[in-house]
Amino acid sequence: MLKLENITLNLPEKENLLRNVSLSVKPGKLTVITGPNGGGKTSLAKIIAGLYVPTSGFIYLDEEDITEMSITDRAKKGIAYAFQQPVSFKGINVKTLMSIAAGGDMSEMRMCRILEKVGLCARDYMNREMDSHLSGGEMKRIEIATVLARGAKYIVFDEPEAGIDLWSFTSLIQAFESLKEDDDVALLIISHQERILKIADEIVVIRDGVVSESGTKDQVFPALMKNNTDNYCPKGKEMF
Amino acid sequence: MDKITEEILREITDWDGVFSGAYSLRENGECISFQNSDHIRIVKKEDKPGIDIYISDKAQQETVYIPACVTKSDVHDLVYNDFHVQSGADVTIVAGCGVHTDAEEGSNHNGIHRFFLERGSHVVYKEKHIGIGEGGGKRVIDPVTYAELDDGAVLEMETLQLGGVNETTRDTTAILKKNASLIIHESIMTDNDETASTKFSVDMVGEDSNVDLISRSVAKGNSFQEYSSAINGKCRCKGHSECDAILVGNGRVNASPALNASSIDANLIHEAAIGKIAGEQIIKLMTLGLTEEEAEERIIAGFLGA
Repeated sequence: MLKLENITLNLPEKENLLRNVSLSVKPGKLTVITGPNGGGKTSLAKIIAGLYVPTSGFIYLDEEDITEMSITDRAKKGIAYAFQQPVSFKGINVKTLMSIAAGGDMSEMRMCRILEKVGLCARDYMNREMDSHLSGGEMKRIEIATVLARGAKYIVFDEPEAGIDLWSFTSLIQAFESLKEDDDVALLIISHQERILKIADEIVVIRDGVVSESGTKDQVFPALMKNNTDNYCPKGKEMF
Repeated sequence: MDKITEEILREITDWDGVFSGAYSLRENGECISFQNSDHIRIVKKEDKPGIDIYISDKAQQETVYIPACVTKSDVHDLVYNDFHVQSGADVTIVAGCGVHTDAEEGSNHNGIHRFFLERGSHVVYKEKHIGIGEGGGKRVIDPVTYAELDDGAVLEMETLQLGGVNETTRDTTAILKKNASLIIHESIMTDNDETASTKFSVDMVGEDSNVDLISRSVAKGNSFQEYSSAINGKCRCKGHSECDAILVGNGRVNASPALNASSIDANLIHEAAIGKIAGEQIIKLMTLGLTEEEAEERIIAGFLGA
């Protein structure tokens, strides 16, 4: 289990980005973090992957304190992180990046199966460079594919729906549902997408750096949808 | 053959003990062996060091090797190689040079290559330069390239220098006639106190000729690289140049790309970027399990196409 305890994050450009956030991500479960933009969701994902070190609080992976652990060591321990904004690389093609993700040479058949999950054909993409010649949506799908190639136990997706077309998104939902079936895999997805919220086991709402609601999908989702319509204040305050 | 020559050949070509087809092997300033093929004839120059390589139109997807190896200190090699490629020929030329020094005296190799590509011929030119050895003597490689491309001819040049060469000055000039294409991919990495200077000048004089010049360089340590290019569009033509450089440590790069259009129908584009490795690239690879050092190596190797 991945457990965050009382995580607080202050950055030079913003104080109290996160305040006393606690949550657990369990194997065999899909947890979705949602909430208004700027609320601290991506910062939380970066803390899990090791890109940020929390100002206070602890992170435990299978009861081991990994709060100070490096990005690399966390990756080796089984944490994978799909960036919200994919990274481009001049001279590195999709095949190489996927092989790095897989920890060694990857068969074309396996690459084909993984890329298919994000709506891409390996034959068309494996030799293409990860640079500006790919569209934003293609980059995003390959970013997700690299994380799927890790075969990690704890997977964090930061807004996987962004930039993805409707048809590929359906494949992606199927990929998430398939990952959910694996009792050894814990999924954490940051998303605003209703279709992703609908397949969640747990939903955590973060507003203004704090957990405002959390619980099972049946507990949180109906209220979330209601709030999403009339009289909705993104900060959870009463309307004038 | 010198053991060091064997080592250099493995590095700069795909040599596995024997060259099949036409080749000319140069060692410490002398041609030590050569071989013709049915369609490629190599003739030693009478008036100066070097060879003429005559490639007939019957040469289709053949490869000719012309590596040069300097295996010891105090060798100063100057060679003139001319390639005469007949109309319709389709060949790969594997050149490349390695300089090894093991004493305080330096060694250098200056290869002056001229390409004469007749109408519709196609040449892929691969050139890899390396410097090796423990000696303090400088390892210097100064290639000079001149290319004339007749109507519809295509010259693809892939040049790679991955370090160990203390100084290099590279000078490439080309003239492109109607529908001719020149594609150049240059990759250079320098480290320590090494210096590299690269100069390109391409004249597009024939309608619908085109050039694509891509230069990628990595300057590490205290090394310095200087890049200049001039793409001259004198008619309806297309020119694209892209020079990107990565700085590591105290490495320095000066880039001066120039586009000169003297026809309203010349279409010339330039892209350039110099900077350190993007932090997000390193972090992304670290999230895939690489250490920071491994990530940096992979990024540089990919960038240079090494």
